[in-house]
Amino acid sequence: MTETIRARAMGRPLERLDGRDKVVGQAPYAYEQQVTDPLYLHPVQAVIARGRINAIDTADAESLPGVVTVLTHLNAPRLTGDGDGDDRELWVLQSDEVHFRGQFIGVVVAETSEIARHAADLVRVEYERWPHDVELSADRDDLYAPDKVNAGHDTDTDVGDVAAALADAPVVVDHTYRTPMEYNNPMEPHATVAVWDAGGLTMYDSTQGVHVVRQRLAPLFGLDPGHVRVVAPHVGGGFGSKGAPHAHNVLAGLAAQVTGGRPVKLAVTRQQMFSVVGHRTPTIQRIGLGAETDGRLTALVHEVVEHTSRIVEYAEQTAVVSRMMYAAPNRRTRHRLAALDVPVPFWMRAPGEAPGAFALEVAMDELAVACGLDPVELRIRNEPDVDPESGRPFSGRRMSECLREGARRFGWESRDPTPAARLRDGWLEGTGVAASVYPRIMQTGNRAWVRYGPDGRYEVGIGAVDIGTGTWTALTQIAADALEVPVEEVRLRIGDTDLPEAAVAGGSGGLSAWGSAVVGAARAFREKFGRHPSAGDEATGTAPESPAAEDFSMYSFGAQFAHVRVHADTGEIRVPRMLGVFTVGRVVNPRTARSQFVGAMTMGLSMALHEEAVLDPRFGHVVNHDLATYHIATHADVQDVDAIWLDEEDPRSNPMGIRGIGEIGIVGAAAAVANAVHHATGVRVRDLPITPDKLFH
Amino acid sequence: MDASIRLRVDGQWRTLDVDTRTTLLDALRERLGVTSPKKGCDHGQCGSCTVLLDGRRAVTCLALAVAHDGAEIVTAEGLADGEDLHPVQRAFLEQDGLQCGYCTPGQVCSAVGMLEEVKAGWPSQVTEDLAGPPELDDEEIRERMSGNLCRCGAYPNIVAAIRQGAR
Repeated sequence: MTETIRARAMGRPLERLDGRDKVVGQAPYAYEQQVTDPLYLHPVQAVIARGRINAIDTADAESLPGVVTVLTHLNAPRLTGDGDGDDRELWVLQSDEVHFRGQFIGVVVAETSEIARHAADLVRVEYERWPHDVELSADRDDLYAPDKVNAGHDTDTDVGDVAAALADAPVVVDHTYRTPMEYNNPMEPHATVAVWDAGGLTMYDSTQGVHVVRQRLAPLFGLDPGHVRVVAPHVGGGFGSKGAPHAHNVLAGLAAQVTGGRPVKLAVTRQQMFSVVGHRTPTIQRIGLGAETDGRLTALVHEVVEHTSRIVEYAEQTAVVSRMMYAAPNRRTRHRLAALDVPVPFWMRAPGEAPGAFALEVAMDELAVACGLDPVELRIRNEPDVDPESGRPFSGRRMSECLREGARRFGWESRDPTPAARLRDGWLEGTGVAASVYPRIMQTGNRAWVRYGPDGRYEVGIGAVDIGTGTWTALTQIAADALEVPVEEVRLRIGDTDLPEAAVAGGSGGLSAWGSAVVGAARAFREKFGRHPSAGDEATGTAPESPAAEDFSMYSFGAQFAHVRVHADTGEIRVPRMLGVFTVGRVVNPRTARSQFVGAMTMGLSMALHEEAVLDPRFGHVVNHDLATYHIATHADVQDVDAIWLDEEDPRSNPMGIRGIGEIGIVGAAAAVANAVHHATGVRVRDLPITPDKLFH
Repeated sequence: MDASIRLRVDGQWRTLDVDTRTTLLDALRERLGVTSPKKGCDHGQCGSCTVLLDGRRAVTCLALAVAHDGAEIVTAEGLADGEDLHPVQRAFLEQDGLQCGYCTPGQVCSAVGMLEEVKAGWPSQVTEDLAGPPELDDEEIRERMSGNLCRCGAYPNIVAAIRQGAR
């Protein structure tokens, strides 16, 4: 167990420290950083899904007044390295090959954005078209098992004898579930401003991690990491897609090399974001549950088919949730990939858990119906004593309490389980429940410094970022408690590689990683300078060891409840109420934390009812590549969404006692809605999104 | 082709030359350095670029700057009076009606414009009584604010903020 810091500021619902700047719009995002005499970039994209560029004619574009240059694979600066592995996504303008539709094959550098955009349209390209394939199905003969899946998980697991257990089980639920290709779509499109001068490369970037951008880009540009500075004081959302640099960063870095030191600005358009900044893979999931008549699981099978791009393998860990969630003695999980001519998939909020828990938690609802059991009770009956995967005890698993507390607040006791039995004023009413889970992820290698300033305030520096999660505020609260001073005496500095190394804001692990380093730095500072430092005193520290991490299995848990109304004639689905009850360790800032839970649940609602990217197999592009046609939840879709949490801390996790909260709210949310739709209508929809057409057979 | 126009932005007259293809949004952000309105989609689909244009809320990405010579523009920055925030902005802070903050200036301007529309008696899709003055309940707020997307999902808090700011 680590020694926890005493909570004085932690636990208080402080208003966002960056809130004032944001409500007036003065907080500078990447593209808004003021640079002198910038040039504007507009990319040229491939309009075939696979093939080779035979000829690319930039003469008309370059003759346009205001165009500085047009870079293509024929004249772009060369990148350093061999362009293998994950770098293949970043290997832009280095060859004539096209690997997916929308790939960057050129970039215009011009005096204004209007000229750049116009010129990009004037670039003429002749292709040699090769056959392409973007269609995922479970019966493809080229499905393969990756070596590992995302976050280093095993591809397959086998415990016990699943076949025998399923054959012997008195109750079996065995179905296929599907989730579509989905897009993060943070409101701030990916953008970068690059300056290449004698000092190296400076990039103002919309990113979830300044250090990861530097670490990935420096070798490509043949630069020492010390000569790459990445700055990101404010970031307009990410949800995973900004967790690593993408091709546009490289495009900007290449262009910045040919402008004689003038800065270049590149804003990825909303449409381009559907090709070049990642997406959630579509999934086809088989869930097989075997149970006794009392609902106790004897077998759990979770087999997943999903896609990856041909150039970079990204294997979403969709089935890992089924390895630890329930006490089924016989379990089998599989991940199989089809490598297609699609853009490179990447992280989207709760990669793995979000689509995986949709399938598992709808299947559990089906099992409850098959057993004639209440779905809350079914889940409680299948609570494991220890982590079924590792055999280790959980550092905290108050899943049953979340279910019971949620049921109490939601009014679950009076629920009649009969489906399609509540028609009021033309609307069918129903309620549903699902479980949530997300691992506590501890990212290593974080450092922070503490400096005592002449104004009597403590400056605390770490290259963390705030993508809307509340880092500016919550990390200040942690620093104040670590130093045992009021928050007013702390001045936080984040979002810059000039500050100490920090992990990416991802995996719900940002605050855990950064906060631990800040605690380490504060302890080092106090050890060195005591309670009464002098101006200029400074100490650097790293996260204290967390020995319990080896002995305990650490996850956050939750229970989600949804009330839906389905119009009996039109199939229109409304969600008047959602409630989430979570157990996440300590909550540092209740105000911002609640927003994160509610926001993630809202994204789950959006996943349940709206989100689906439609890939046209003939051309290999996403047809609905904008916000008018790729629907995300808006005001009118979101009514009463609330989240609460159990009062606790997890001292085994880190010195703050926190486990992370950013992602768990989306996990299970879509299943709760789907289960409520079944309760309302009697129709079991197993493929997302749940659109009205799927309710009428 | 360039054209010279004048815009009154947050109380200040500004003269500038714009490419006739330049949107009002790009004129503000790239020519005048007024970055309070945000570019989220550039197609009028997200509302992040909303300002008050001649007193009414408008998405500036769908407006050509040259077509608005002489216009009065108030951004979220201009809604605040120096250090004093507009009541709607103050309510956004108190209700935590934001996370990443990128849609926020647009939400704030849209809310302020919307409240004026309600005051003027404009009905919406969900207004029951078209004869009387519309009553600003949560359903009305949600309907009238649906042109402003928030991917962080701050909607319930934004609605609470608007309710508070309207008082």
